[in-house]
Amino acid sequence: MADYSQFNPAWGDRAPVIIGFLCNWCSYRAADLAGTSRFGYPATLRDIRIMCTGRLDPTFVVKALREGADGVLVMGCHPGQCHYEEGNYKAMRRIALLQRTLAQLGVHPDRVQLAWASAAQGGIFTETVKEMTEKVARLGPMQWRDNLEETAPHQEEGVPL
Amino acid sequence: MSEEKVGVYVCHCGHNIAGTVNVEEVSEWAGQLPNVAVAKDYKFMCSSLGQEMVEEDIKKEGLTRVVVAACSPHMHEPTFRGACQRAGMNPYLFEMANIREHASWVHQDDKPAATEKAKAIISGAVRRSLELAPLEPFRAPINKTTLVVGGGIAGINAALEIAGAGYKVLLVEREPSIGGHMAQFDKTFPTLDCAACILTPKMFDVGNSPNIELLTYSEVEQVDGYVGNFTVRIRKRARKIDTTLCTGCGDCWERCPAKVIDDVYESGLGYRTAVYRPFPQAVPKYPVIDTESCIYFKNGRCKACEKFCPTGAIKFDQEDEVVVVNVGNIVLATGYDVFDARRIPAYGYGRLANVFTSMEFERMTNASGPTDGKVVLRDGVTAPETVAIIHCVGSRDKNTNVYCSATCCMAALKFAHLVKEKTNAQVYNFYIDMRTAFKDYELFYTRLLEEGTHFIRGRAAEVTDAARLPGEEGKLIVQAEDTLIGKQRRVPVDMVILMVAMEPRADASEVAHRFGIGCSDAGFFTERHPKLDPVATMTEGIFIAGTCQGPKDIPASVSQGEATAARVLGLIGKGEVQIEPVRAQIDEDRCSGCRICNNLCPYNAIDFIAEKGVSRVNPAQCKGCGTCVAACPSQVITGQHYTYDSIMSQIEGLLYDVRSPNEKVRVVEMEPA
Repeated sequence: MADYSQFNPAWGDRAPVIIGFLCNWCSYRAADLAGTSRFGYPATLRDIRIMCTGRLDPTFVVKALREGADGVLVMGCHPGQCHYEEGNYKAMRRIALLQRTLAQLGVHPDRVQLAWASAAQGGIFTETVKEMTEKVARLGPMQWRDNLEETAPHQEEGVPL
Repeated sequence: MSEEKVGVYVCHCGHNIAGTVNVEEVSEWAGQLPNVAVAKDYKFMCSSLGQEMVEEDIKKEGLTRVVVAACSPHMHEPTFRGACQRAGMNPYLFEMANIREHASWVHQDDKPAATEKAKAIISGAVRRSLELAPLEPFRAPINKTTLVVGGGIAGINAALEIAGAGYKVLLVEREPSIGGHMAQFDKTFPTLDCAACILTPKMFDVGNSPNIELLTYSEVEQVDGYVGNFTVRIRKRARKIDTTLCTGCGDCWERCPAKVIDDVYESGLGYRTAVYRPFPQAVPKYPVIDTESCIYFKNGRCKACEKFCPTGAIKFDQEDEVVVVNVGNIVLATGYDVFDARRIPAYGYGRLANVFTSMEFERMTNASGPTDGKVVLRDGVTAPETVAIIHCVGSRDKNTNVYCSATCCMAALKFAHLVKEKTNAQVYNFYIDMRTAFKDYELFYTRLLEEGTHFIRGRAAEVTDAARLPGEEGKLIVQAEDTLIGKQRRVPVDMVILMVAMEPRADASEVAHRFGIGCSDAGFFTERHPKLDPVATMTEGIFIAGTCQGPKDIPASVSQGEATAARVLGLIGKGEVQIEPVRAQIDEDRCSGCRICNNLCPYNAIDFIAEKGVSRVNPAQCKGCGTCVAACPSQVITGQHYTYDSIMSQIEGLLYDVRSPNEKVRVVEMEPA
């Protein structure tokens, strides 16, 4: 297992867990291509296939964070390349709003990210997971559920208010 | 707790999964999950034995859900859905857990982590499977007409094969004539067949086939629908010629006073008139008026063509026409663009007169080309005594395109032969590697070696007219490192031919988007599987052939064209298609009629039923993206197969190991009302 305590001692021997929402047409296939090409990346991402990032109900993201994920990565087709014309634009709006809402709840926007990869971009997919993992690793474990109980409002460092 | 009985099957995939993920441990672990009745691991789940195991367990153990943890659902989901169906289970109750592409293959350096991740993926799949509902695929009849886009050699062959089998084909071509790049060529390698002699009979057949409707000078503007039932809007650009009257006699272009450089067919080496037919064997035979260079359209005077047309076919006021057609399948054979040699300034194209591109040379050496087939310098009269051919211009180069364009080595050999045959000049080939794969190509290379063509192994660094050494004055000097002898060489020549790369069409990504298919990083259309499904795309009913899919030569383009025909005919033969029932559905009883979903749908599939005050999804138009599902404030739109509950459960399953073991906080679930 990779040692994530080098990024943030709070990890101990744990590793970050990131829930991924990948669209069926571009990013899921990019992930498949990364596999076929044996492009290694950290085993932090656990992904869910949805037909389009337009299907991404913001409550999915909140649910994932609440259930113990340290981050959520949403990946779709490049803008203008959506299999359903414009679902990724909807996702873009929703994620932007969600990041702001979550920031007000003390969640760092780096924990919820939106990125693009076409079906041919296994390399970009791999790099995105690596970068996201490192960002989340620096932030440390999320433990939102445990923190919810604290009397003082939870506030991560560097969260824009 | 749910009553469902789940069977979990962990595939070894030989060593592909088992080499990284501890499959025995995973399957034993999966057996302990709630609702899991059977958990097994097996060497190859996709084998007939693996499938039979699933079928038997469904029957004997009464499984109501099946999870196979193996490869990507894009690989074997249909396989296992089939197995479930054979055993009497609804195929949509099957769930695939992708532990190969998304785990074993990408975490080879961290086997314990890969094993743990595989468990999480399976846990997610099991939880999701419990929420799946039985579905029935939609069935729709297949429209037997096929649209072929692009009238090059690939599209022509696709059209002829389908038409030959007795079905209607609509062939759309952007240029005034079909023929594509092959029509520009003089000879074809390695046999030195005359390109026109083998192409024009096929073009003629297209023009004469009762089953092929040819729309030249036309472009597809919009594509709607799905496999079997596409609706396509095509713009027929105004030819300004009444084709019912035109006989193709040629009086108009012989009289036309406007001369312009022909950048398309003559590759900029020759001229055409404003009213023109690209080449004598053009199909159809009718000319077009290029309104941008026509004197009448520029300043309102001239009309020479109209005066001399014996049948009165010139129609200056003709407008573009938009036709809407229904087709069942679509073949894209939109071809390639040639690399713009100006992008490598060191080779001097556009600056040094006697540097030519390979397409220019094709036209020059063509008997019907601007020089009547004479190989001459830019002055139009002097035959070269020495010629350099530079390979890989815009190919195999990090600065331009990293891929190999596949055909240029052989085309360069063809040119070397033609130059020698026509001028007896000395020919120097500057190559990186000679790539003469495929039948009889190597023999042609050997023949060229014996003919005395010089081969210098080394990428040319520059072409210059700055003479430094005796004998270089007035010449073009090609500088290159000869890597076989390890020395820099300067070769003075009279003419340089740049073997330019094949590139995706400039508008390839736009076209891909229009048809709902993908492009590779380089920009070529993406096939469904690079090895086993090379002409299908991710979108059912849309096939690709020829160089729009990647650089290839004529035999390969023809093969792909014919392959797409086989695929199309296969679908037509079936008579109907099954369409994934992934659709949105509105619970009208609970719809508040807010109409937020109405405008979100990119396909206008949601109608507002005014008398009931609710919205309704038209399943024929819905493509199942789920955008409306996510947006419904009342959460009354169900995204079939990707329901709210199925995704929520999958999240819980995926996070089984990090969810708080003891609930410290009472979580108020926001269930849909």
